[in-house]
Amino acid sequence: MPRIPAPPLPKALQPKPKKPGESNGEVKTYSQPLEGGITAVDWLDERMAMSGGLRWLLFRKVPRGINWAYTLGSATLFAFLNQAVTGVFLAMYYRPDASGGAYESIRNINDNVFLGQFVHAMHKWGASVMIILIFLHMGRVFLYGAYKYPRELTWVIGVVLLILTLAMGFTGYLLPFDQRAYWASVVGININAGGPFIGPFLSNFLLGGADFNATTLSRFYSIHMLLIPGAMAALIGAHLYLVTKLGISAPPWLKADPAHDGDHQLDEAPV
Amino acid sequence: MPDSRRERKSKYTLDRNIPGAFEGETVTRRRLMVLGANGVGALATAAFALPALGFAIAPIFKRQAWTWQAIGTPDDFNETVYQTKVITITPGIGEAGNTIAYVRQRDPSIDKEPEDQYNHWVALSDRCMHLGCPVRYVEAAQRFICPCHGGVYDFRGMVAGGPPVRPLDRFYTRLNPYTNLVEIGPRYSVNSELQRFNPRFPGEPLDGIGQYLYPSTFDTAKRP
Repeated sequence: MPRIPAPPLPKALQPKPKKPGESNGEVKTYSQPLEGGITAVDWLDERMAMSGGLRWLLFRKVPRGINWAYTLGSATLFAFLNQAVTGVFLAMYYRPDASGGAYESIRNINDNVFLGQFVHAMHKWGASVMIILIFLHMGRVFLYGAYKYPRELTWVIGVVLLILTLAMGFTGYLLPFDQRAYWASVVGININAGGPFIGPFLSNFLLGGADFNATTLSRFYSIHMLLIPGAMAALIGAHLYLVTKLGISAPPWLKADPAHDGDHQLDEAPV
Repeated sequence: MPDSRRERKSKYTLDRNIPGAFEGETVTRRRLMVLGANGVGALATAAFALPALGFAIAPIFKRQAWTWQAIGTPDDFNETVYQTKVITITPGIGEAGNTIAYVRQRDPSIDKEPEDQYNHWVALSDRCMHLGCPVRYVEAAQRFICPCHGGVYDFRGMVAGGPPVRPLDRFYTRLNPYTNLVEIGPRYSVNSELQRFNPRFPGEPLDGIGQYLYPSTFDTAKRP
């Protein structure tokens, strides 16, 4: 089975060439942990055979002429990971209790918990950053025509991800449970009810009853931290698979160059 | 697939030389096993997915109970001044379960809707019929004014301006003959003729085809 070539080592870690007549088979101390690491990776790869897939994912050929606008997708992914990590840890302190406990737990996070205000702010501002990045990413794809054949499905999944992200913003807005959160959610739920025929039932589902009640907050919390993130993670996986499988589209201003036909049109560079 | 190749296959397992085939057998054992395994898998999935789904959407179908809460004696209310009463529509969650009712005595000279045992006192909900913000009664103007998007209602709760699509919701009121206290009951919605409807969400008009576009949901209390 062909192996990937080992990554180049930093200079400091490379074994020095032996002086004439110096070594007679001694093992240098610094090379032992290094070989241990390589052995561990080999051990894993022998069982999981993941190195080919990782190389397929990470060392792709990309078209010439790409620019910084192509990083907006991974920037959005980074924002999602930020929301996921900070959200998981905020959930350790948050209490979805509509009779005052929710507001009190947020106040506790902001006032008492070490770095609580910082992590809360990362989650709050990160949400806005993610929305902004999504629209910039979407604008790049639209203006570059990157949604065209064969990448339509990638676009459709991206639109579903956009809707889910907006739903995350909607459900997350209630959780601090202050006056602004409460009334914004009431208005948002009533806007949902404005849809003919199914609107009232959708609002009833969101409220968990006829009016705002004890389970509304925990419903929003569950949707916000379990239902939508699970769906988003799965769809992001599909989105990234399609990006890798289909490759990145060249910028629209790049003319086909007969001198650089075939394989030469692709610069080999890691993205 | 060309037709000629399809025709060659008989639907009888015996004709296809499958070992152990019975006379007249059309379903192969492999096919039966695949269907059976998939069916059992679907059954097992439904066994946890359907109860979980029902659990999640059950509140939509739960009918609210009629509750009455006392808000004062008949002498507390007159025909010209609205009393602001805080009532609990969802018990157990503190302030988030409270709402405000503006209550006055019925004035036959301006309240033209038919009188019955439930409207000797007019109790208006403070929920704006645009998007549900709380309206405030301004005594000097005798208007209800919504802070969010500028909805305005007149003294009877009829729309006087702005985006609201119907008059302010109302509550059933009654006099409890045993305690001699005015009691306030469930909410109901009205159209611009003040006909009663099961409670609807704000933003849902009830004139014309509105009541059919926005059907009454299952969880509303049965009308008397």
